[in-house]
Amino acid sequence: MINKKELQIAALQNGTVIDHIPSDQLFKVVSLLGIEKLRTPVTIGYNLDSKKMGRKGILKIAGKFFEQDEINRISLIAPAVKLNIIKDYEVAEKKLVQLPDELIGIVKCNNPKCISNNEPMKTRFKVIDKEKVTLKCEYCEMKTKKEDIVLL
Amino acid sequence: MDQMKKKSFVSVADLSKEDILRLVKSAESFEKNPNRKILEGKVCATLFFEPSTRTRLSFETAINRLDGKVIGFSDAATTSSSKGETLKDTIKMVSNYADLIIMRHYLEGAARYASEITDVPVINAGDGANQHPSQTMLDLYSIYKTQGKLNNLTITMVGDLKYGRTVHSLIVGMSHFNPAFNFIAPEELRLPDIYKQFMEEKGLYYKEYTDFSEEVINGSDILYMTRVQRERFTDLMEYEKVKNIYILKNNMLKDSKENLRILHPLPRVNEIAYDVDDNFKAYYFEQAKNGVFARQAIICDVLGTNHPPAP
Ligand SMILES: [Zn+2]
Repeated sequence: MINKKELQIAALQNGTVIDHIPSDQLFKVVSLLGIEKLRTPVTIGYNLDSKKMGRKGILKIAGKFFEQDEINRISLIAPAVKLNIIKDYEVAEKKLVQLPDELIGIVKCNNPKCISNNEPMKTRFKVIDKEKVTLKCEYCEMKTKKEDIVLL
Repeated sequence: MDQMKKKSFVSVADLSKEDILRLVKSAESFEKNPNRKILEGKVCATLFFEPSTRTRLSFETAINRLDGKVIGFSDAATTSSSKGETLKDTIKMVSNYADLIIMRHYLEGAARYASEITDVPVINAGDGANQHPSQTMLDLYSIYKTQGKLNNLTITMVGDLKYGRTVHSLIVGMSHFNPAFNFIAPEELRLPDIYKQFMEEKGLYYKEYTDFSEEVINGSDILYMTRVQRERFTDLMEYEKVKNIYILKNNMLKDSKENLRILHPLPRVNEIAYDVDDNFKAYYFEQAKNGVFARQAIICDVLGTNHPPAP
């Protein structure tokens, strides 16, 4: 019974539950989604037990529904994340985060001579390998490997 | 390419096999009949944020032979971009005046960005170390013209294969035509791995050498020479060791194929000895002349002006 009560505290009427966040990426996800700027209640679960992942993070965000490009921001660091859209205490929709074909305004180009680092403009990258997470700048055409990706 | 969308010419990677063949055929027709009134009443802007006299003169000759008018600048020091104006604002301003923008810029991706912010077609005349696609078209036209075809040729590239963007773009442009490549370069200036991966993905044959031997020359249809520049070397001792190895001399051509032609994007420093100039296989001066025809073809292609083939 106690457990159920605890759950209810965290239960959402309307909002988004983001589950299966790798624990070590949790606070990056928080910052990428701009959660610290929200005025609505947010529950952050850190280092929770997970059968699949060992340890995981979870975010319960009241009164907030994310746009696709906001969600795309986290696909680079937490590709296996699941989003539950809660409406009236029920899961209204489940969303899987997927790496999009194109990333706009999310990743910095590592080439200092790239136009995107010298003009007030959004960066644009094509995801040329979704499995290995290889990106190609659509301006200077330089490729970026997963380990070299720098977020804006 | 989308019929309704305006066309730009930004990167060799955007060109299909059909695009290249169409442009090559068009260049051929301009060579037969270069003076035509196709651009009558049109204003073409040549915006050179970085000076390049050779490329600018070639483009402006192409426009003049088609009866177009030229506006523009040859050096960013004389423009408002030197006062901190963004590229976007310069492009927007020029778009009010011109029917076509031909631009060279020291930053990579500048032409692609320009093509996104204007409705006027943009031709990339070089963006930093990235692309110089009109040079690639003139190289492709020169190969086509001297060999009578683009398919199944053996192309040997010599010199600075690491920084030489004309080399990289030619690999991409030729990749549609089943070429075999030989790459001859000092250790420090070897072809970057991403181009080797590209060729492997396309199933193309290539082999790398550090020796500039007659044996490789003798198996080639095209010998593409580039400059080995001192400033590219981190180790100057290494430069001293290799600087004379990658020089082509006339006696190295004695057993080469009859159809072999020697190309060089120019300007040369010392990588082709002067005694090669008189060999009929030396093609680099005519190659530069082909640039005007290739650029006439590119200009008419992006403007979508139909021109009848030369009689
Ligand atoms: Zn870039």
